[in-house]
Amino acid sequence: MREKCLDLSVELAGVRLKNPVVVASGTFGFGREYGQFFDLSELGGICCKGLTLHPREGNPPPRIAETPLGMLNSVGLQNPGVDAFIRDELPFLRQHDVAVIANISGNTPEEYGVMCEKLSEAGVDMIEANISCPNVKAGGLAYGTRPELAAEVTREAKQHAAVPVMVKLSPNVTDITEIARAAADGGADALSLINTLRGMRIDVNTRRPILKMNTGGLSGPAVLPVAVRMVWEVANAVKLPLLGMGGVSTGEDAAQLLLAGASAVAVGTALFADPCAPLKVRDGLAEIAARQGLSAVRELTGGIRPW
Amino acid sequence: MPIQQICTVASMTQLDAATWWMVLEAGKLVEQHGLTGGQFIHIKCGDDQLLRRPISVAIAGWDEPEDLATLIFEVRGEGTRWLSQRKEGDKLDVLGPLGNGFDVSREGHYLLVGGGIGVPPLMEYGESLSWPRTAVLGFRTKDKAFPAVVSRFEEHCEKTYLCTDDGTLGRHGFVDGQVRETLAQDKSFTQVLACGPKPMLKSVAAVAAEFGVPCQVSMEERMACGVGACLGCAIRMKDGSMKHVCKDGPVFNAEEVDWDA
Repeated sequence: MREKCLDLSVELAGVRLKNPVVVASGTFGFGREYGQFFDLSELGGICCKGLTLHPREGNPPPRIAETPLGMLNSVGLQNPGVDAFIRDELPFLRQHDVAVIANISGNTPEEYGVMCEKLSEAGVDMIEANISCPNVKAGGLAYGTRPELAAEVTREAKQHAAVPVMVKLSPNVTDITEIARAAADGGADALSLINTLRGMRIDVNTRRPILKMNTGGLSGPAVLPVAVRMVWEVANAVKLPLLGMGGVSTGEDAAQLLLAGASAVAVGTALFADPCAPLKVRDGLAEIAARQGLSAVRELTGGIRPW
Repeated sequence: MPIQQICTVASMTQLDAATWWMVLEAGKLVEQHGLTGGQFIHIKCGDDQLLRRPISVAIAGWDEPEDLATLIFEVRGEGTRWLSQRKEGDKLDVLGPLGNGFDVSREGHYLLVGGGIGVPPLMEYGESLSWPRTAVLGFRTKDKAFPAVVSRFEEHCEKTYLCTDDGTLGRHGFVDGQVRETLAQDKSFTQVLACGPKPMLKSVAAVAAEFGVPCQVSMEERMACGVGACLGCAIRMKDGSMKHVCKDGPVFNAEEVDWDA
């Protein structure tokens, strides 16, 4: 029997990804480490480690705490700054046939604008504006939890970006569709969700939180159902393409996010268990699509049949 | 360069209530990728633990056959408990070689200082270092002093001093007292290599600095990816910068570490 040729490619805000599997910001550095385990060109895209205008040393350790089917982190946006990224890391990424998505966080709307200008000029494929990092005091989460600020940051980023701008949403809000609409009103080309959920773990013997910052962001399989629900809600609220993420470690997890309305998915924490997890997610997704007789994986997007 | 490899457990030996001696058939990890003592491998510990467990290598490539790697680990939680329940012939999903191990490229007179479960990562250096060396090994108590490990030092080091916190074996007290005495008596030492709990490393580093002997320390921190991507296992350096145990370490020059962080 001849196998039907399955089209894995998807489009995210006008950027073509050769397959719908991207790696999530903060879990993949700038690609060099996991590039030792597989060819980065196998990926649909790479969301780079979050950048700020100036270098940051990040939070004091411990930064990591394992939890049931998940983990907490409070890295605190440690990064070399946008200029060093453009000089030292982007040329390496550009050697691969993969969409490069730069993730940025600013202390002010103006900082988002400055970074968008620099990165557009340097030649990234897309910018992911992080308005939702739970691990930094200034900006970050504040922009992600107040609609008017989310819209303002998005507008500023769009004004200075020559490439599509995707806004990354926080799940740590009462109604994520409010922020999604605000980002859409601000001119976002796509949305990515979800960032980590704020969580905490306490050592009962010392009565100290494991994390030095006391709280951190929860990721891993534990958060997948929250991600599926929020992608579904946001898909129903706005017309924008969505990059779904949160706890994806199998093709079936990814298929759930696509059915809920995502155009592509990001794999993050699963990398720590298995460096080749993104490729396994891609292959698992292809298998599901083939089994369902689809000619393209993108046909899954929004295909949910809700009760 | 690290690889992902399935390794077979060659043998499992229990050293005491909480400590295990595991030998792995590590194949290419040793033969082509040069895994050595003091480095670590990152082991998937069953399906219930999301994160891998970083386990130090005691010795690799020196036993027969030459692709064997010896791990000596303590059961500290669910992951290492799972690992301790492996049997000969079981398969393990391993990332490695990871981290840098101690720098022993310079000819000299080495002082190896280990504390508790920090003793095994020095075993290869005790046994097969090209230069003369003395060992100072500290344990909480006699029952936790791994005779099978200690004997490997005693066979190959010029002297092996034992210390216990409770005085049940060797010198009564922490290792830093013995280190001070040894460095004071013999001015020929050129390097101290230390592995153990952070308070021990801090005091050994202070004594080494007092005698002007360079000191390398093997550090620990809670870790996720193990390969340098997630920036989880950060430790602060004296200059205020952050370095990462998995990629920049686990061995650091003691004088670079911010011991008060």
